[in-house]
Amino acid sequence: MRHSSRLTPYLYVLPLLALLLFVFGYPLIRIFEFSFKMVRGIDGPWVGLRNYELILSQSVFWEAVLHNLQLLLAIPAMVVISLLVSVLLYDRIAGWRFYRIIVFVPFVLAIPIIAVVMKRMFQFNGPVNEILRWLSLDFLALDWIGSSDVALWTVMILIIWRESALGIILFLARLLSLDESMIEAAKLEGASWWQRVWFIILPQMRGVIEFYVVVSVITMLAAVFAYVFIIGGGRGGPGTATTVVELYIFNALIRTSLPGIAAAASVLLFLVSVLLIFPMFRARRRVREEEA
Amino acid sequence: MARRYAITAGDALKQGVLLVAAFLALVPTLFMIMTALKSEEEYAIDKMGLPSMPVIENFRAVLADSPFLSWMANSVIMVVGAVLLSTVISCLAAYAIACMEFRGRETLLALSTSLMAVPPVVMIVPLFVLYTQLGLISTYQGTIVIYAGLITPFSVYLLATFFRTVPKELFEAARIDGAGHFLILRKIVLPLSLPAIMTLVVVNSLYVWNDLLIAIIFLQDDAKRTLMAGISVFQGRYNNQVPLTMAGMVIASAPMLILYIAFQKHFIRGLMAGAIK
Repeated sequence: MRHSSRLTPYLYVLPLLALLLFVFGYPLIRIFEFSFKMVRGIDGPWVGLRNYELILSQSVFWEAVLHNLQLLLAIPAMVVISLLVSVLLYDRIAGWRFYRIIVFVPFVLAIPIIAVVMKRMFQFNGPVNEILRWLSLDFLALDWIGSSDVALWTVMILIIWRESALGIILFLARLLSLDESMIEAAKLEGASWWQRVWFIILPQMRGVIEFYVVVSVITMLAAVFAYVFIIGGGRGGPGTATTVVELYIFNALIRTSLPGIAAAASVLLFLVSVLLIFPMFRARRRVREEEA
Repeated sequence: MARRYAITAGDALKQGVLLVAAFLALVPTLFMIMTALKSEEEYAIDKMGLPSMPVIENFRAVLADSPFLSWMANSVIMVVGAVLLSTVISCLAAYAIACMEFRGRETLLALSTSLMAVPPVVMIVPLFVLYTQLGLISTYQGTIVIYAGLITPFSVYLLATFFRTVPKELFEAARIDGAGHFLILRKIVLPLSLPAIMTLVVVNSLYVWNDLLIAIIFLQDDAKRTLMAGISVFQGRYNNQVPLTMAGMVIASAPMLILYIAFQKHFIRGLMAGAIK
């Protein structure tokens, strides 16, 4: 008689089930429930769709949504920068290992730290504007943090700066798994660097680029809290210029103690992320097929 | 000759682009370190130059004034607790998923993996309400469980994928010798999976160490603040004292930067393997 029975596998996955049910399962059920209740403290009466009506009628909420959508504009820049740097690193030109160590640094540094540093660099009388004025580009010396027209673009610069490092890491990992014989053959045939990149390398990176784009979309819509919290002084400021949906949820839950409202906004965000799960799976599968 | 010349010009251009990229990647760190060594007076007149008379006064002031070390200790507790808990749970589950036959294992893996796409902010409302009710706000154990949960889908995905590559013959042989599953996991699968586990430790530790959202909501007590929550308070307090603030940031970023420089190989391998989440 083996000491393993048919129950053994379930014993091994039981802790996982318990943990996931607690951290994901329970909250995902309760946000739906809470979103239809006027929660005060720990529970409250059913109010139907009132929370949703309230949220959707608030201009602050729509402004937050628009800001999240505007951040999507950062993605093309991130893709181009990451592709350029990773392809150059892949060329293994002199010092590429050293460059690799350095261009990964933004991803190792914590977002709050970087945001604090950048906030000081972009102050109106900070070093960035000083350089711009020195270059006689005074018209570019904007009030990067303090002006409500500019602040979100500053957040975007910061996001591009950091999230490009993730792109470089992803793309380089993919590049290093490429079959080099084709590239060598093309080289022997006299293909130029551009031709090799354009016709041989890029087509093989479709999957990983798609994956990076999907992951970045999720980031822009639902994982920029730390950037905005620091740059916007904890309030999404100046005014509401850098408010995003995450901050809206945070404010509703912590600052105004309205868990019902926060839950309804969470439900909306969750539904958006569900839509993104399928493209993410597809892209990941394609990456693995390409690598195989 | 013309051809060789063209190649060198191309190489110079590539070097140039990479130099610019490397410079941009380093600028904030350089600014942070240089400014931290300046006095307030010097920063007022010279924002970009090297510090003419490096001072360490800012560091002393920061450490005397703000509990950076205790914030770091709290962050370390979160990282160690969450990564340990998640790794143990994930190893057990991934072993079952990869090496045992049971109903629902593919569903379990697919469900667990799809949770990676769910943003953490979605989970906080009910957990916050529940934790308030249970008195778990500002407790280490409560927050560790949340962090462990958030990083576990990725851990299970990575480990299950990796465990499947372990040759089946290895443990068929061990089974015939009468070894139980737990023994096989410990003596055969885990030692072979050290690279994957290192990747997990790197990626997950970075996540927990760098997180702000969960920390700010679930560890509100001053004494329980993590480093990231701490600096978000700290930077607001010294808004106009840039060198002082930068000294704080140097202290705050030092642990990860030092680890990164000391263990570059592991970090780079871990980041590259862990990037496909």
